[in-house]
Amino acid sequence: MEAIVADPQKGGAWSGGGSQPFGSSYGKMMMWFFIMSDALTFSGFLGAYGLMRFKFLDSWPIADEVFTHIPFIHGDFPMYYVAFMTFVLIFSSVTMVLAVDAGKHMQKGKVIVYMGLTIIGGLIFLGSQAWEWKTFIAGSYGAVQLEDGKIVQFVDASGHQLTLESFASNAPSERVQHKKENGLWFVSESGLPSVTLEQVKEGFANNPDISMRTELINLDTKEKTIVSREEANKFLNKATRVVQGANLTENEYGKTLFADFFFFITGFHGFHVFSGILINIIIFFNVIIGTYERRGHYEMVEKVGLYWHFVDLVWVFVFTFFYLI
Amino acid sequence: MSHAKSHTALIWKVFAFLSLVTIVEVFLGIVKPASLNLTQLLGTSILNWIFLILTLVKAYGIAWYFMHLKDEKTWFRRAIVWPVVFLISVLAFFVLYEGDALGIILQEWTSWSYN
Repeated sequence: MEAIVADPQKGGAWSGGGSQPFGSSYGKMMMWFFIMSDALTFSGFLGAYGLMRFKFLDSWPIADEVFTHIPFIHGDFPMYYVAFMTFVLIFSSVTMVLAVDAGKHMQKGKVIVYMGLTIIGGLIFLGSQAWEWKTFIAGSYGAVQLEDGKIVQFVDASGHQLTLESFASNAPSERVQHKKENGLWFVSESGLPSVTLEQVKEGFANNPDISMRTELINLDTKEKTIVSREEANKFLNKATRVVQGANLTENEYGKTLFADFFFFITGFHGFHVFSGILINIIIFFNVIIGTYERRGHYEMVEKVGLYWHFVDLVWVFVFTFFYLI
Repeated sequence: MSHAKSHTALIWKVFAFLSLVTIVEVFLGIVKPASLNLTQLLGTSILNWIFLILTLVKAYGIAWYFMHLKDEKTWFRRAIVWPVVFLISVLAFFVLYEGDALGIILQEWTSWSYN
């Protein structure tokens, strides 16, 4: 009995009364249980993503064509930047585990250095993710949405995607941005797309070598289907608006759900990284002022380390399901 | 605790291994060899199975060595790993099976041409 009942004489309820079932302290065990529940939360999200992915197996956006940017460099570089982000996170996991290791040997100086590096790694990752979001929100080529929600993109004769600006006509547009001053005072509209639907239609008619790409994936080649000019004109008759970039209600790369899941899951993970950095900073300063030196052990570093590794672990799965598969 | 053995060498080995696996994944993701990408096996492409297995290998490396599950008592480790693995497998099976069924129905009702 004594081994499992909290005993105030031995240190109070917050340390589990000093009893250590499985040789694991109260704090560490509870961190593990939290991680288990959080793992199930994430698998719920990724499971929902998987369900929609299977549901729209023939028309889901191809990740390689969505995330093709690298900061400061123009061109088509699928995956490189997100691979860099993965390395940053794995490396910050390594410095974290080195900090835990140094803590076990009571080497305060090393713990400070390694925890500092871990925090820097986390900040680089978070900054990269912010940039990834910004790029995704801004979009790259632009597309046209049909009345049933389908997205169609434009390609040149060799099948490479074209920006809407590159072929749209410059016919004058009547459309003005809806602002408080010129419309309903309680309704506002964010900026208009740089081209209008009429300009796109006119540009398409004037450039006979431009063709159209639908969301439909040819499952034999795993590429999006390019339709004939004749078919494309039928698509254009159903077009309702121009879409540039992605947000929670529209996505120029295809299914809006893709954008929704991307923002929600990477956002939820990013928030974990953010809170991990905050917790790491608190513990970092505790190490500097010698709290754990006085306590006689660095178990707190180990506990926040568990959380940090878990964040890395989740990223491994997010990386696979969003970017690779 | 101060008598604990230092694991520094092991940590760097695990890091090298995880990096290698990531490089292989990224390489395959960029090249997408047609023989792997276009060959179906058990409901998805061979390439996707490779990604999935490599991901699980990485997850194992992180949980066992970085989160030092390998140093925990056997039944504590099992109490953590078994429920999570079981529940996630059940969830994944049901939602993916359902998603596939939804897709089969939806694809019949989706038209890709207009008049």
